[in-house]
Amino acid sequence: MNQPTVSPPKAPVAPIQWMRNNLFNTWYNSLLTLAVGYLLVTSAAPLLNWVFLDATFSGESPSDCVGEGACWLFINQRLNFFIYGFYPEDQQWRINLMFGLLALSFIPQFIEGFPARRWLGIFGMTGLPILGYILIPGGSFGLESVPSHRWGGLMLTLILAYVGIFAALPIGILLALGRRSHMPVIRGFCVVFIEVWRAVPLITVLFMASVMLPLFLPEGMNFEKLLRALIGITLWQSAYMAEVVRGGLQAIPRGQYEAASALGLGYWKKMGLIILPQALKLVIPGIVNTFIALFKDTTLVLIIGLFDVLGAVQSTVTDPAWQNVAIEGYVFVAFCFWVFCFGMSRYSQNLERKLDTGHRT
Amino acid sequence: MTDQTPTNTARSTLSSAKADTTIIHVEGVHKWYGGFHVLKDINLDVAHGERIVICGPSGSGKSTFIRCINRLEEHQQGRIVVDGAELTDDIRQIDNVRREVGMVFQHFNLFPHLTVLENCCLAPIWVRKIPRKEAEATAMEYLERVKIPDQAKKYPGQLSGGQQQRVAIARSLCMKPKIMLFDEPTSALDPEMIKEVLDVMVELAESGMTMLCVTHEMGFAKTVADRVIFMDGGEIIESAPPEQFFTNPQEERTQTFLKQILHH
Ligand SMILES: Nc1ncnc2c1ncn2[C@@H]1O[C@H](COP(=O)(O)OP(=O)(O)OP(=O)(O)O)[C@@H](O)[C@H]1O
Ligand SMILES: [Mg+2]
Repeated sequence: MNQPTVSPPKAPVAPIQWMRNNLFNTWYNSLLTLAVGYLLVTSAAPLLNWVFLDATFSGESPSDCVGEGACWLFINQRLNFFIYGFYPEDQQWRINLMFGLLALSFIPQFIEGFPARRWLGIFGMTGLPILGYILIPGGSFGLESVPSHRWGGLMLTLILAYVGIFAALPIGILLALGRRSHMPVIRGFCVVFIEVWRAVPLITVLFMASVMLPLFLPEGMNFEKLLRALIGITLWQSAYMAEVVRGGLQAIPRGQYEAASALGLGYWKKMGLIILPQALKLVIPGIVNTFIALFKDTTLVLIIGLFDVLGAVQSTVTDPAWQNVAIEGYVFVAFCFWVFCFGMSRYSQNLERKLDTGHRT
Repeated sequence: MTDQTPTNTARSTLSSAKADTTIIHVEGVHKWYGGFHVLKDINLDVAHGERIVICGPSGSGKSTFIRCINRLEEHQQGRIVVDGAELTDDIRQIDNVRREVGMVFQHFNLFPHLTVLENCCLAPIWVRKIPRKEAEATAMEYLERVKIPDQAKKYPGQLSGGQQQRVAIARSLCMKPKIMLFDEPTSALDPEMIKEVLDVMVELAESGMTMLCVTHEMGFAKTVADRVIFMDGGEIIESAPPEQFFTNPQEERTQTFLKQILHH
């Protein structure tokens, strides 16, 4: 104890100083800053006008859209269809409840110190899908049955993505472990499974699931188109997930396996407690990347006649009652996708920061 | 752990008592890596509480041999019996042996995603099924013995090499093993950290633990070993008590090796 401990010096963060350091530190950087600034200002103004100032937000009919700007009235009037498809209006509370629970389970994951955050997350991955399985199709507990051909819009997009993501992750992990197994039969099966599914475009998978599969299945054993699509998406996605996870498994040094074995941990405990937590943490960016790609790929269900949010919008922008609303429609779709994909991206960054234990190899 | 007991008396009292209780029995063990013959007819009996130091030039098969004892490596011929259980393909038997045999590695191999305390509690909780509270209390006890109880909440990545290796020792000890294997525990450490790890190992030796230790720390061998084994080219060339091993080695290869190692 010879010197008192001193807190580290605080870095100066004056905005002027920051700008000088980052934007105007050399003559060519200054030039670039000015040029980019000019472009931003000149393009931002018309954009702002279109989106907000000249836009029409409310009204009664298509004829109310007269201004130069966007006709958000169109979105406003058709919102119900974009979100619920043909789901009967008096039953939409079921979907709203699911939306609410979805938000309640996952939004707190962004908020440090939210009470019971972890339990909400666990509910989001276990209780929520079970509840959805009962609530959305109905037909039990006195709920009116809503057949899946009436589902559509954003709700369908979320169902496809949710099932694809949360079912594919565990299957993918098992496949990745299997591919590194010492047992030839298991390894062989996993290699063939992964290589076959990964080599096929999702469109083909969906097409096979909806058109070809019923031809091969015995008479009477025909399950719903949506379910077939879900299974197709899940298997296809799990092949991708398996390779991402395998990349993580391979990055774990042999010493970790040896130390776990030397302590007497059996295969599943070794994998579950030591190897997978480290491997999955390493490949969070890859996993989330795959999730985001899948989220957008769900739009392909259009080709088998399911109307996700893109399909729903696409089918209405051609409505002769509305003139020139295609841009508004697609901007709305883009915004929906952006919100969810950006959310996933932020969450993965949060998670990476939280899991960082100062380990460098 | 009696700090005051002089090392030599501890050794002699123990060696008289343990003569008949063999805990590791290695008989005619051979191992190949592909076509390469790494271990050639290894025979060794280790008694309860015996402390053995294994040395030899690089590539002589020391690590391979010591790793065969908890089946991190498989031997292809011969018998290895540890604490009454023979190591074969029987996974159950292997897990039984691993539970009783602790191992400390050259590169620590701590679990970087767990805190020091969690590293120490993991195996007792999941393998020995000890309640968490109890496992944590035991872990703190051992962390105290290796003199780093204050680091319990930190992650391995935040510790120095010497501290990490002491955690690794504590982690193994938390399983209350009957045998401890060390594979060059100090050779990845800076000189000033070697001593803190060796001190822990000396204390452990004095507590009567059965130890097999691959190391080039000859000072350690002289103070605590009951026997020093010299390996070269996959064979045990010489096996003798330290006094004899260092002052009067019988084999020429041992003499050459000792000359090299003691000159540096
Ligand atoms: N997995 C492996 N495959 C093939 N050969 C190997 C393998 N592991 C070790 N060897 C070889 O076996 C021999 C013995 O290796 P081992 O690690 O046991 O030596 P060592 O005595 O511990 O050496 P060091 O002092 O350098 O640690 C070496 O020649 C090494 O190249
Ligand atoms: Mg070695």
